[in-house]
Amino acid sequence: MFISPRFVPALAVLALAASTASTALAADPPVIGLVTKTETNPFFVKMKEGAQEEAKKLGAKLLSGAGKADGDNAGQITAMENMIAAGAKTILITPSDAKAIVPAIKKARDKGVQVIALDSPADPPDATDALFATNNYTAGVLIGEYAKAAMAGKTPKIVALDLLPGHPVGAQRHNGFMKGFGLAANDAKSNELSKAPEIVCMADSFGDQAKAQTVMENCLQKAPDVNLVYTINEPAAAGAYNALKRAGKEKGVMIVSVDGGCQGIKDTAAGVIAATSQQYPLKMAAMGVAAGVEFAKTGKKASGYVDTGVTLIAGKSVAGVESKDTKTGAELCWGKK
Amino acid sequence: MAKSPTHHIPWGALGPWLALLGACIFFATQSDRFLTGGNLSLILQQVMVVGVIAIGQTLIILTAGIDLSCGMVMALGSIVMSKFATELGLPVPLAILCGIGVTTLFGLLNGLLVTRIKLPPFIVTLGTLNIAFAITQLYSSSQTITDLPGGLTGLGTTFTIGSAEVAWGSVLMVALYVLAWFVLRETASGRHIYAVGNNAEATRLVGIPTQRVLLAVYVAAGVFYGIASLLSVARTGVGDPNAGQTENLDAITAVVLGGTSLFGGRGIVLGSLIGVLIVGVFRNGLTLMGVSSIYQVLVTGVLVILAVAADQLSRKGAR
Repeated sequence: MFISPRFVPALAVLALAASTASTALAADPPVIGLVTKTETNPFFVKMKEGAQEEAKKLGAKLLSGAGKADGDNAGQITAMENMIAAGAKTILITPSDAKAIVPAIKKARDKGVQVIALDSPADPPDATDALFATNNYTAGVLIGEYAKAAMAGKTPKIVALDLLPGHPVGAQRHNGFMKGFGLAANDAKSNELSKAPEIVCMADSFGDQAKAQTVMENCLQKAPDVNLVYTINEPAAAGAYNALKRAGKEKGVMIVSVDGGCQGIKDTAAGVIAATSQQYPLKMAAMGVAAGVEFAKTGKKASGYVDTGVTLIAGKSVAGVESKDTKTGAELCWGKK
Repeated sequence: MAKSPTHHIPWGALGPWLALLGACIFFATQSDRFLTGGNLSLILQQVMVVGVIAIGQTLIILTAGIDLSCGMVMALGSIVMSKFATELGLPVPLAILCGIGVTTLFGLLNGLLVTRIKLPPFIVTLGTLNIAFAITQLYSSSQTITDLPGGLTGLGTTFTIGSAEVAWGSVLMVALYVLAWFVLRETASGRHIYAVGNNAEATRLVGIPTQRVLLAVYVAAGVFYGIASLLSVARTGVGDPNAGQTENLDAITAVVLGGTSLFGGRGIVLGSLIGVLIVGVFRNGLTLMGVSSIYQVLVTGVLVILAVAADQLSRKGAR
């Protein structure tokens, strides 16, 4: 309809040539699609690399795509549809909006496509065939326990730099942290951030360094005597540290975080971050690709939740809390080493 | 003004078609799945939201204005429709009308600020962009609205022609383009829009109520954004408070790619459909090839500059 009739014969010839060329291939390799939140966040860049490596190893073809920005649900849907049009029978997706993506996932599954969530679940979680992800609540609990032990009885005045409103990963890490610290906390299923008097300031950082710095500066105005900062991820931790440093308070305040990226591990070794819970995006991606190849070969779909593991990495270990040192963390980190 | 003002723009008119055709030929040689009915109809589905927003944006750009608020106003409309239909339990047609009503009010607000207080459209719509975004987030508590009644998502359902699965929303989009094309080309009101964009002062002096034309254009754009709200809900199946963030600039990009002049007064609304399709074809084709969508961003950037340069050069040549 948008092609001038004059050119239709030419296009038809081209289409014919293209289709005969590809039928020459004997067995097409299984096609697997990976839809991340963005193409630029180092976590997802690493995840894509892991998926590509595994696809090469197993002889599969990987297509990757993403939304334009975090929260771009329509962009993720478009990427997913295009991959299915390209012949993908398995889609691996890190949902930007856990609820909003569900109708599109359902459409794909109705066509017989296997859909596996990586890193964060859809809402409800059983909207996808399977979920390969970090247990974010456990990740929070680990740094909460560490902070509790390292504070050694000091009265906590906590700043929490969270993700964004209503996001399950943000809620799980936050609530896990509080649980680990021994404060009253919602359970792992809740999308509500629990509050406690020990938390003197709570703000959304969107997981972004610059935004985290700004909100930390504002929190310092409200609560200048803060002594512990919980951050949703390591860029937010770096932003919080900048704010503390500018206020001359970096010595007396402990920062804990989640992610285990290579920069974050470096910051942990340097004492910027006291401890961080390390997650494994490469592993999630590799497992997802393997499940895609398995489905292509045997027709067997993956199912349920598979915990891809989380490890506490600490600059200094504290008695009674199991942790690994930053050297181990650097070996297993993701991002630029 | 006896002749349609679209007759003097060989570059602006031909360039977009060549770009689209070139892209289609290229992708057809790269993937045997590209030129299938199923795939082409999929692209039409994917562009329907931006496509309808771009109609409103074209009208405004033809008057030498710009609307930065279009995507956010669309998102607000889709949240209003979804919440009114689910939480307030309004009948679906009424909820849809309320959503379109809200986007139309935003169009009216933009138009009044531009015509009565004479603020530049860029600033007005930068303000309303933020206002619409904030209201959307506050009213939805930043939560996606799910479990919508079937009537709200009906335009997302498809019918088959051969191997093509055409969404009713795509049909509506094409129909709206034909309507806009007809009004702009064949009616006095359409001519007035071109005239205001070409030379507002001269237009006023010959007795055309320029301010009323401008106001009507912003209100009409608001109506188109409202229809796009419905298409967005239909396409994603949810009311999404984070919708509209990329559509904002995508719509302006499409209008420019389609050969409508940012300086006002020149362009064809069907060109914007071509512009929308160029972006959609690249995104789809590159995915079929297994190439990162960042290349699509790169190509779009180059094409936008080429489009504006062609407009500028043809303008110089015309002098």
